[in-house]
Amino acid sequence: MSARTPLPRWADIVLLPLLNLALAFLVSGLVVLMVGENPLHAVQVIIYGAFGYGDGFGYTLYYATNFIFTGLAFAVAAHAGLFNIGGDGQAYVAGLGAIVIALALDQTHWLLAMPAAMIGAALVGGFWAFIPGYLQAKRGSHVVITTIMFNFIAAALMVYMINRVLKPATTMAPESATLAVGGRVPQLRQFFSFFGYSPVNLSIVVALLALVFVYVLVWHTKLGYALRTLGQNPSASRYAGMSNSRLIMIAMTISGALAGMVAINEVMGVQNRLVLDFVAGSGFVGIAVALMGRNHPVGILFAALLFGALYQGGQELQFVIPGVTREMIVVIQALVILFTGAMEGLFRPALERTFMLFSPEQKARAVSVSTAESES
Amino acid sequence: MSESDNMNPQRPKTAAAPAPASRWAIELEKINKRFGAVHANKDIDLKVERGTIHGIVGENGAGKSTLMSILYGFYTADSGTIKVDGTERHITDSRHALALGIGMVHQHFMLVENFTVLENVVLGAEDSALIAPSLKRARAELERIEDEYNLVVDPDAVIEDISVGQQQRVEILKALYRGAQTLILDEPTGVLTPKEADDLFRVLETLRDQGKTVILITHKLREIMAITDSVSVMRQGEMVKTLTTSETNPEEIAELMVGRRVLLRVDKGPANPGKTLLEVKNLVVADDLGVVRVKDVSLSVRAGEIVGIAGVSGNGQSELLESVTGMRDQRSGTVVVNGRELSLKGDDGAARARAAGLAHVPEDRQHMGLVTTFEEWENAILGYQDAPEYGGGPFLDIEAARRKAAEQIKRFDVRPANNRLKTANFSGGNQQKIVLAREMGRDPDVLIVGQPTRGVDIGAIEFIHNQIIAMRDAGKAILLVSVELDEIRSLADRILVMFDGQIVGEADPATASEGEIGLMMAGISQSAAALEARP
Repeated sequence: MSARTPLPRWADIVLLPLLNLALAFLVSGLVVLMVGENPLHAVQVIIYGAFGYGDGFGYTLYYATNFIFTGLAFAVAAHAGLFNIGGDGQAYVAGLGAIVIALALDQTHWLLAMPAAMIGAALVGGFWAFIPGYLQAKRGSHVVITTIMFNFIAAALMVYMINRVLKPATTMAPESATLAVGGRVPQLRQFFSFFGYSPVNLSIVVALLALVFVYVLVWHTKLGYALRTLGQNPSASRYAGMSNSRLIMIAMTISGALAGMVAINEVMGVQNRLVLDFVAGSGFVGIAVALMGRNHPVGILFAALLFGALYQGGQELQFVIPGVTREMIVVIQALVILFTGAMEGLFRPALERTFMLFSPEQKARAVSVSTAESES
Repeated sequence: MSESDNMNPQRPKTAAAPAPASRWAIELEKINKRFGAVHANKDIDLKVERGTIHGIVGENGAGKSTLMSILYGFYTADSGTIKVDGTERHITDSRHALALGIGMVHQHFMLVENFTVLENVVLGAEDSALIAPSLKRARAELERIEDEYNLVVDPDAVIEDISVGQQQRVEILKALYRGAQTLILDEPTGVLTPKEADDLFRVLETLRDQGKTVILITHKLREIMAITDSVSVMRQGEMVKTLTTSETNPEEIAELMVGRRVLLRVDKGPANPGKTLLEVKNLVVADDLGVVRVKDVSLSVRAGEIVGIAGVSGNGQSELLESVTGMRDQRSGTVVVNGRELSLKGDDGAARARAAGLAHVPEDRQHMGLVTTFEEWENAILGYQDAPEYGGGPFLDIEAARRKAAEQIKRFDVRPANNRLKTANFSGGNQQKIVLAREMGRDPDVLIVGQPTRGVDIGAIEFIHNQIIAMRDAGKAILLVSVELDEIRSLADRILVMFDGQIVGEADPATASEGEIGLMMAGISQSAAALEARP
């Protein structure tokens, strides 16, 4: 029954995620210890693998690109109070928009093909999120349920589209035709040899621009103001004359369009064709990224880098320490997601209590709250 | 803190209460409580005489709740002594307080809605693991208590089926069943009709006459004058003065509470009604569950007059307000603002209502009129965010919004004067000023105001009332809804009484008695009410 007051902003944004992360690493360290390896050595390998040399760093950035997009996608919806967990499916389906336009324009130049394909991916990804948004706004079907279902529909649809529509008759593998050079996004290694053979490409610039776009959208536009009002207090947005149903559909569409940018990175930047399951779970990692980054672009940037580093460093780990298997890496990644995403509130009550001890005006406020609610 | 399962309440000893060891039921001496830098209670001395009704008044944040929480064992004082019946006690928690005979009736009832009265009374004070024998014993005990204090409630009625006034009696019964000798009531009349409040006062008087001690926390001076024997005034954590009620007057108490002279009566000249600015015809409105809450209501408000809607809360006033202001699809009927009929279909009707010149101060500012997690300036533009002055095109001109916020803060004396502060950190009165400043600031033709002074301090009430009168005198049409009958009577030029979704009568505040309006609020027709209210 202790009265709770919110944490100061810096503690919420910096301290809490760091504590969660520390706990995740601690438990991961125990796991590594249990399989008989040295956790400190493992940390060293992960850090070196993720940041220590050009190829590794390139891979970290490549993963981070995807996570920025899906993290932003989740964050935009979250600001409007919507829990969009369909980023995976939206990114996947957006591959259709990307590949169709990229294939059509791959005889021209990437400067034309890339923006056009971005629009295509945004439209398809946005549409895939618009439908659950519409169902939520007009029919009251909860987006959490519908977006999960749409992930499965997306998976089935893509198997069909790739195998039956996009696969050239000449190939056996379930994949689309390969893009000519004009339809490919340039690799950073073409400009900086530092990145070795890593697949980090110009999509990362799009990701950085998307961070700025979301910042401006959420905090500097009237639409963003309306979205935040809806997210914080749907009665207040209705009172203010905003159409909640329209805002829900708009927020979901923007969210899906952002998730759809993953398709540009993967289809045009890495695979050069549309393959099955190219999203590889980025949509779900994006949820953890957004939660850890407190739905703020700056936080999302750092959280995406962290997860990119974990992905890349984890790959490295299994090569260097044979005792740590691929499954082990998944466990460690899962622990980080668990503690920073699903259980991000673990330390919150304790931290709030601690802060209350040091903050008189918070204590005073807590008193007025708790006396009003005091029970016999 | 729930009452523990193994608690064995001290039962009241019939009639033969232990001989009073002291004249004072409760004595607090030099109570201090600090929360960090905030000194919530400064050297508080309070003596409550046994067998009296003792009022405690003070503005929000004056420290009344903290003090009562200390007495009830919710907090422990930093220093000072508490004596119960002349014996010094160190009250550790509310269970301990109960064992010492101190019971509390909270503003928000702690009842299980789908349990019977008897089950609620026994809950947490069962004698054994088996419920049936407990209930049987409790029934006999409850009947005895009901008899003794003339506090009749059907023990087998289910809580959700009985009126709010009856529910409050159950709370009192709960405390008495647990052996309370001293009852603390926190703002008990906030949810009651005037008639129910009178009934409560009669119950409290009976309790007093039977030797119980009652501590009444309230902000309504009328109640203090009507019921208490003595009254203690608190201000900013200090006990200002304890007065004998019969030797004081409301003006003196108000002055002590606020620290300056307060005008309790609203000073207003006669109304000069002009042309009709708001016209509601045959309005039928359903709530979220589809239950019709407003049944064929028609009313009109002219320029330069205040029309008050009186009624016990929950009789359709909220739905009426929400419909007229465009927040709720109406079933049928029309709303005409300034000669323009509003289409209220769709979920952005509030924007169209605003465009027609209607401003709305909602009943529940925290859940509707404000986004409490926003900074103040963000709330200063809520509802007007699309106005060109806050930026053309898609962008929000944050500087313009902050300038506007600063302007409003200055004009309405919002404190602290900081538009970057989170709105939740403003006090209730200042939050209300933020809403009023925003809604009155756009020079609307029609102003709809719901519960303008709910949870607002006396000093701010005066200010808010004067602002509303000023709007009227500027030729605006004002529709006022309040559950505070005093407020309606002092502000409105015409009173409409709402009961069960209908306007059941109209009264002239200058001539209608409170009893007459009160009876109409209880659903008795105007003619019958006029007859019954006549002595």
